[in-house]
Amino acid sequence: MAAEQVAQYLASGVVVGGIYALIALGFVIVFGVTRIVNFAQGEFVMLGALVMAALGARGMAVPTAFAVSVLGVAALGALLYRVAVHPLRRAPALAVLILTIGASITIRGVALIAWGTDPLVVPAFSPGPPIVVAGAVVVRQGFWVLAVAGAAFVALWWLFTHTYAGAVVQACAVNPRAARLMGIRVERVALLAWGLAAGLGAAAGAVISPITYATYDMGLMLGLKGFVAAVLGGLVSPPAAIAGGFLLGVVESLAAGLVSSAYKDAVAFVVLVVVCLAQVLGALPWRVAEEA
Amino acid sequence: MTAPARGTVLAAGAVVVGALPWAVESRYVLGMLVFVALNGLSAVGLSLVMGFAGQVSLGQAAFFAIGAYVSGVLTATYGWNGWVALALAVAAGALVAFTVGLPIFRLSGLLLAMATLAFGIIVYYVLVNWAAVTGGPSGLTGVPALAVGGFRFDNDARMLWLAWGALLVVLAVSGNVVDSRIGRALRALHGSEAAAAAVGIDTARLKLGVFSLAGAITALAGALYAHYLTFINPSPFGFAYSVELLVMVVLGGVASVWGAVLGAAAVVLLVEALRAILPLLTSAHGAAEYEIAVFGVLLMVFMIFLPSGLAGLARRTA
Repeated sequence: MAAEQVAQYLASGVVVGGIYALIALGFVIVFGVTRIVNFAQGEFVMLGALVMAALGARGMAVPTAFAVSVLGVAALGALLYRVAVHPLRRAPALAVLILTIGASITIRGVALIAWGTDPLVVPAFSPGPPIVVAGAVVVRQGFWVLAVAGAAFVALWWLFTHTYAGAVVQACAVNPRAARLMGIRVERVALLAWGLAAGLGAAAGAVISPITYATYDMGLMLGLKGFVAAVLGGLVSPPAAIAGGFLLGVVESLAAGLVSSAYKDAVAFVVLVVVCLAQVLGALPWRVAEEA
Repeated sequence: MTAPARGTVLAAGAVVVGALPWAVESRYVLGMLVFVALNGLSAVGLSLVMGFAGQVSLGQAAFFAIGAYVSGVLTATYGWNGWVALALAVAAGALVAFTVGLPIFRLSGLLLAMATLAFGIIVYYVLVNWAAVTGGPSGLTGVPALAVGGFRFDNDARMLWLAWGALLVVLAVSGNVVDSRIGRALRALHGSEAAAAAVGIDTARLKLGVFSLAGAITALAGALYAHYLTFINPSPFGFAYSVELLVMVVLGGVASVWGAVLGAAAVVLLVEALRAILPLLTSAHGAAEYEIAVFGVLLMVFMIFLPSGLAGLARRTA
């Protein structure tokens, strides 16, 4: 096995890992504040990509299109929470999971009606030939993926450590009841968390779309893999979720390259089963949060 | 429903099913009724898991596929007797459910649900990629119809008897299970796992038992499906089918095996209606895929406004 090939797999794994990390952060933020696994998280990724494609096709500049896509989808995420999830706030977690499965299918169906089944091409943010890094060929968009992911990580870190809103989100994640007793409006924080998660998903979708194209059915797999990345990180810690995202991206890329590309999409689910087994056997060095 | 009432309903059901092929001539309607029974079986299995063990399985399609492929491969590739293959398919469904459930039922809630999802998707990938046995994406042809002596269940009317017969038997069995000591333990479990454990119920064993029973019932439906269509490929057994089963159970009302059958009937009818209507409203291109959006809306509406499903609605208006 040539070292160059391994370098190539590592490089593509890191790029796609950045995407998984962004999506995983959305899962962690929503789970932290509302104790819900939002099955529709992947659909926000798909919407981010399709809105990006649609605006690009109308000739909108990349930065504007990116901002509109992220903010629009973030608003939709908050709306979904308010309209569909909030009414079930006293229902069991599994009922809410089923609700978000319904939301996921609905959003996918609406996207299908709006954009059709053909993949939409999104031009690269900065055109040009791929760049060679340490023997691996990386498309220019790959650097954009890492730049957007990095910027999002820094922004979130700043939000959580330097702002009141961030402190409130953390308070709700640690103990919603205590937060409520302190006068925090947990429902509003939940709205913020859902908007934030949807925006992170949309950013992931918008920045990956020049590499993968944008289709109505891209969300399910990306969302599920983001979930696996979040579980790898224990489902409650943002930094661990980021690490989980990159780890999953690299493992998947290596497995596809070195073992068999036919099972590439199955790798994440094998990882999920392995993590679950390890948790049951007590062999996991950390714990995955199971429910509220 | 009390045991005598259930007996009456089941007997009436048997009479109706027995007479139907004379009352209905349309092969289209008979075929649809066969699918109601097959989906009804799977939905009853899932409703036992959801309504009584209080767990969501998002990978139930895998057991349908296991039933279809075990019975299909044994008969079509190895020429085994259909009934032996069917029995082995059911056993395989139970065994796989038991083996998978053994570790994952020690997880709880959301993580358990996602683990069943992962299991379902892995089974799907194995079906697509293990071409030497499963025939890969193009599938398996030449699965023979089941037969008793010279009487072959090879047309819609005869298959209707077989599928509905199986469904009525499963309803009788699950009705008895629900009314038994085990059923009371299950309801206690659904009410509060901690309380159930406190009164001496072995909750882990009970959940595993229900999951295995559901695996067996769903595999039975899959095996019947294979012998009915005589052709199987992986595409109907993906995540979308697991969601469809979930819709049936939610529509019917989670804690009701009768509701599950009602939900199955509603979904089958809805799919047929949509297939007739949608091409008129949109370009033919991709029209079949719109139906999934309708399921999504239904899931949301039922979860928000009618969490007890059609069965709950019937109880309330009765």
